[in-house]
Amino acid sequence: MVHQYKNNGYNIVLDVNSGAVHVVDDVAYDVIPLFETSTKEEIIDSLKERYPQAEITESYEEVKELAEQGSLFTKDQYQGYMEQFQDRPTVVKALCLHIAHDCNLACRYCFAEEGEYHGRRALMSFEVGKAALDFLIANSGSRRNLEVDFFGGEPLLNFDVVKRLVAYGREQEKLHDKKFRFTLTTNGVLLDDEVMEFANQEMANVVLSIDGRKEIHDKMRPFRKGAGSYELIVPKFQKLAESRNQDRYYVRGTFTHHNLDFSKDVLHLADLGFRQISVEPVVAQPEDDYALQEADVPKLLEEYDTLAAEMLKRHREGKDFNFFHFMIDLEGGPCVAKRLSGCGSGTEYLAVTPWGDFYPCHQFVGDESFLMGNVTDGIQNKQLQNQFKRCNVYAKEKCRECFARFYCSGGCAANSYHFHGSITDVYDIGCELQKKRIECAIMLKAALAEEE
Amino acid sequence: MKHVKTLNTKKLQNTVKKGGTSCQCTVGNQSC
Repeated sequence: MVHQYKNNGYNIVLDVNSGAVHVVDDVAYDVIPLFETSTKEEIIDSLKERYPQAEITESYEEVKELAEQGSLFTKDQYQGYMEQFQDRPTVVKALCLHIAHDCNLACRYCFAEEGEYHGRRALMSFEVGKAALDFLIANSGSRRNLEVDFFGGEPLLNFDVVKRLVAYGREQEKLHDKKFRFTLTTNGVLLDDEVMEFANQEMANVVLSIDGRKEIHDKMRPFRKGAGSYELIVPKFQKLAESRNQDRYYVRGTFTHHNLDFSKDVLHLADLGFRQISVEPVVAQPEDDYALQEADVPKLLEEYDTLAAEMLKRHREGKDFNFFHFMIDLEGGPCVAKRLSGCGSGTEYLAVTPWGDFYPCHQFVGDESFLMGNVTDGIQNKQLQNQFKRCNVYAKEKCRECFARFYCSGGCAANSYHFHGSITDVYDIGCELQKKRIECAIMLKAALAEEE
Repeated sequence: MKHVKTLNTKKLQNTVKKGGTSCQCTVGNQSC
């Protein structure tokens, strides 16, 4: 399977099943779609009005050579392999600790509904957090690297427990030959010098929530009484980013139907001095006024193209920044098994509520039909866990023939469930945006390769 | 090659024998 497209002046050909990426001239771009269904003579006859015969012949031979090398028209031979792979025993690698089901902001699009996740306000006790870390250690097998996200709500509403759990984790590392990678997500309201110092010492990554331009941010991320939070958090985020040498953090925003021109928000964050940026599409129910609609998609695709071109321009001016969704590794990256087996939610990754219940990930928290167990009794709902284990690319009809499947792993199970009532479907708007992001990311690689 | 420039030497089919969490790092930017 081959996916070919034009972007920003580049003719790009992705050989889907090998991962090989080619930048080609116009004649090769026109030869490739004919190669599998036509003879050499038929291709020459078909293209002779546009190109000299010698050029067509030369291009044909190059395409043929790439096909023989396994870099073009490679077949998908992975389905049987994945059926065996999904039966493997898995270990728990990561926990998302909902350290606080409470928040000091009232963000309009929050799936946690002001941090409460469709339930009551609550803070995780040290005892529950400790039991969660013990569960992770006990269920991680021989794996050494373990990840723990401090999430909410707003985690800094329960900062004392965060500190105690990190200290407990560091003690346990030595006893069990494990290494914890802690991360923290915050809205910045309670960020101060003490938190920054602690984060810089203990947090492998910090996610700082900000949507972009002041009017956009304040419209969607107000305090409970309505005032905006932009002016309060920006200087603190800038200070933290600098104190981490512009590394190991993300400023992370959400774009909605109200800012379809989101590339301006990304560039605003870059202009504020941030170098690690993620601005992502809101996931909302269709009746929400801020929800993305099918009619918004052409504009959003255009915005990704605009952003990619501007990033290239800034790169040439020495003003680089990273955009999370344009980061792609064409040379390394994980194996086929990982690429096709999904994100790990419900099997390798679990969310833990303040009272110690397990859910497949943070976006399922509060939906009792996805309750998997708890920190005391472990995983109780093995049937549900098995459903997530088998939720790979081949379980999703829409993914089997999609060119993006090796870069998105079949998308987000929670988004699929919230739109279609099944974890083995896909969120269709999300797919369209994801495909464009992959195309832009590859184009940026092509442009950078041209400079070398 | 005159008409084609290949950006990578990656061949996913070669990771089957030796191979075997992410969220939207993304799997496209993940390291092994």
